[in-house]
Amino acid sequence: MSEKNQTILICQGTGCVSSNSPKIRKTLENDIAEAGLGNDVDVKLTGCHGFCQQGPLVIIEPEGTFYRHVKVEDSKEIVESHLQNNKPVERLFYHDPKTGSPVQRYQDIDFYNKQQQRLLRNCGHLNPEKIEDYTKVGGYEALKRVLFDMTPDGVIEELKTSGLRGRGGGGFPAGRKWEAGLQAKEKEKYVVCNADEGDPGAFMDRSMLEADPHSVLEGMIIAGHTIGAQKGYIYVRAEYPLAVKRLQVAIQQATDMGFLGENIMDSGFSFQILIFQGAGAFVCGESTALTLSMEGRRGMPKASPRPRTTEEGLFDKPTLLNNVKTFAYVPEIINRGGAWFADIGTEKSKGTAVFALTGMVENCGLIEVPMGITLREIIFDIGGGILGNKKFKAVQTGGPSGGCLPESFLDTPVDYDSLISAGSMMGSGGMVVMDESTCMVDIARYFLDFTQKESCGQCTLCKLGTKQMLTLLEEITEGKGQPGDIDLLLEIGEAVNAGSLCGLGKSAANPVLTTIKYFREEYEAHINEEYCPALACKALISYRIDGEKCKGCTICAKNCPVDAITGEKKEVHMLDQSKCIRCGVCMEKCPKKFRAVECVPGRLNEGGK
Amino acid sequence: MEERLENILAHYEGKDFELIPVLQEVQHEFGYLPEFEMSEVAKFVGLPKSRIYGVATFFEQFKFTPQGKNLITICRGTACHVRGAQKITEEIERKLGIKAGETTEDLEYTIETAACIGCCGLAPTIVVNETTHGNLTPAKTVKILSEREKGEATK
Repeated sequence: MSEKNQTILICQGTGCVSSNSPKIRKTLENDIAEAGLGNDVDVKLTGCHGFCQQGPLVIIEPEGTFYRHVKVEDSKEIVESHLQNNKPVERLFYHDPKTGSPVQRYQDIDFYNKQQQRLLRNCGHLNPEKIEDYTKVGGYEALKRVLFDMTPDGVIEELKTSGLRGRGGGGFPAGRKWEAGLQAKEKEKYVVCNADEGDPGAFMDRSMLEADPHSVLEGMIIAGHTIGAQKGYIYVRAEYPLAVKRLQVAIQQATDMGFLGENIMDSGFSFQILIFQGAGAFVCGESTALTLSMEGRRGMPKASPRPRTTEEGLFDKPTLLNNVKTFAYVPEIINRGGAWFADIGTEKSKGTAVFALTGMVENCGLIEVPMGITLREIIFDIGGGILGNKKFKAVQTGGPSGGCLPESFLDTPVDYDSLISAGSMMGSGGMVVMDESTCMVDIARYFLDFTQKESCGQCTLCKLGTKQMLTLLEEITEGKGQPGDIDLLLEIGEAVNAGSLCGLGKSAANPVLTTIKYFREEYEAHINEEYCPALACKALISYRIDGEKCKGCTICAKNCPVDAITGEKKEVHMLDQSKCIRCGVCMEKCPKKFRAVECVPGRLNEGGK
Repeated sequence: MEERLENILAHYEGKDFELIPVLQEVQHEFGYLPEFEMSEVAKFVGLPKSRIYGVATFFEQFKFTPQGKNLITICRGTACHVRGAQKITEEIERKLGIKAGETTEDLEYTIETAACIGCCGLAPTIVVNETTHGNLTPAKTVKILSEREKGEATK
């Protein structure tokens, strides 16, 4: 394939696909062919480029012009103005939320230029469905070195030098785990890649598999050769159809090229990778539950003390289980050496961390930062601050096992140990930002609702304790909390964490414990004053129409789903509180120039006074 | 045995560890896990029926009643939650007259929730069949559903 002058990259991660990027790609291809530019411009699909919120994304290389929120109709203008006349289409540029000025190149956008992309280096740049794209940037070179120039001990030594820790959240040193896998005496061994990304609010593993599946495969093959396994499995959620499809394509292509299968590159080493689709159970992210479900059983974690998975895992054979990102780091560590990886990060947490930055921030998306960066830098520099200039309230990491940290922790360095001592955890990489409109009691209720449903049921304290806590939290958010509820929550919470077997149960109470620790006054306001400071708990708020501001445009009345609003045209409207279901549609629909509907604390009496 | 089931089982050896992939294929073919097929699968993998149900009921993915023609999946991930997924859920439930996890009597719609569909950048989101809708508000949700209904009516 000859090199063309320009390449148009069209993001086809799940986010951009959902906002029509496949059609944009087809239209661009047609328009480029029609303009006679087919020989000069290459149109390429890529995996997730990271800045999901601005999607669909179209990027033009070599310079890196970044077009966001692109529509099918924009194709003609991009072709005519940018490609034919060298005039970039300014209206599709990103605008800096702080200065309001347009930025042309993605490298100049704060969201990107404050990142350090080592794991995501290929994401958004390569076509994940073409193995040639991967081999062209040095893909499968690391495998070659491992097969022909390195010993298994040499690979493990390199991993130890790198300081790489498991990226699934546990943070166990990868080198030591691989060493245990190598030392296991059995003939039959397995390598399993954990892509059961169940944390609500996290999509790092999905993006990685969709954008750069070969890095993961290469890491797994290296692992297989190092510990002496012949078979590998990728345990991926069935809810990720695009990731499954790209993996299938990648496995086929790697097999065709001789990087997988029998006698890889004539080395005598054979390795096969199969896909197992997880059937949807959060607890199956836990190692023993995961392997049990692969054996066709209920995914209930085994009791401790128990042998490590590297001694007794899948089908009771030694199994090396690592997260998607852990495997994906390996090829670059082999290529550049462990010392290269360890040159950034903190003393005990080396390298970079990948987060799905979401919630109430200006810039949502997939990011990669050096370990040790502060939460403030992530949220306010890369994330561009809080959406709509509201006030920061908390940041949640670690999913249902993690915690909510308040403003006073913004300067905490992000690494495994600092986050744990703050009461949260690194987790697999979900980072959800909350502002003043988020109720912390409701967030605790939300996470407990999740863990309570996902509890496998074998530990009484986890199954019933979380249920009791959920009931208490529901009552508090409904204004029916009792004095003493907070202490009761703390007592049950500590018992649940102490009396459960697996990671899910041991951390189930964390969202409640941290929100009480840092936001106790919100709990007290709900219980003592039946007041929700965030105006989020439905039972504790009302909507009302301001008679001074209402101009009688009838829009709210027309949109009210329960006909609670009455009023003639050009007359002040009335909201019947007895009918109102507090869905907020009236406030959303009231024209911005009037802003006549407001949300107020407490329950108003009928008549809307 | 029914041909449709036979075709599925033909790809497997009848080992117990094949249970979950087999169930996934049966559900894909039939839309849910019908009782008769479950008994056949139990015989096939050589396990008691109770064990098959024990495994199937453990996982969110498996359904035991027929599902609606249209599937609405509401994301209840954390990002969606803080951006108002609860209100979106209530609107959809009210509009269709069923709760999440239920199917309308005419088998037109099933509402399901997902722990996270991984489009957090577009929160809050729902998936209607294959199409993802992002950045939703209660009013936008009502519009999507009404437009679907109109589309169905003019078909």
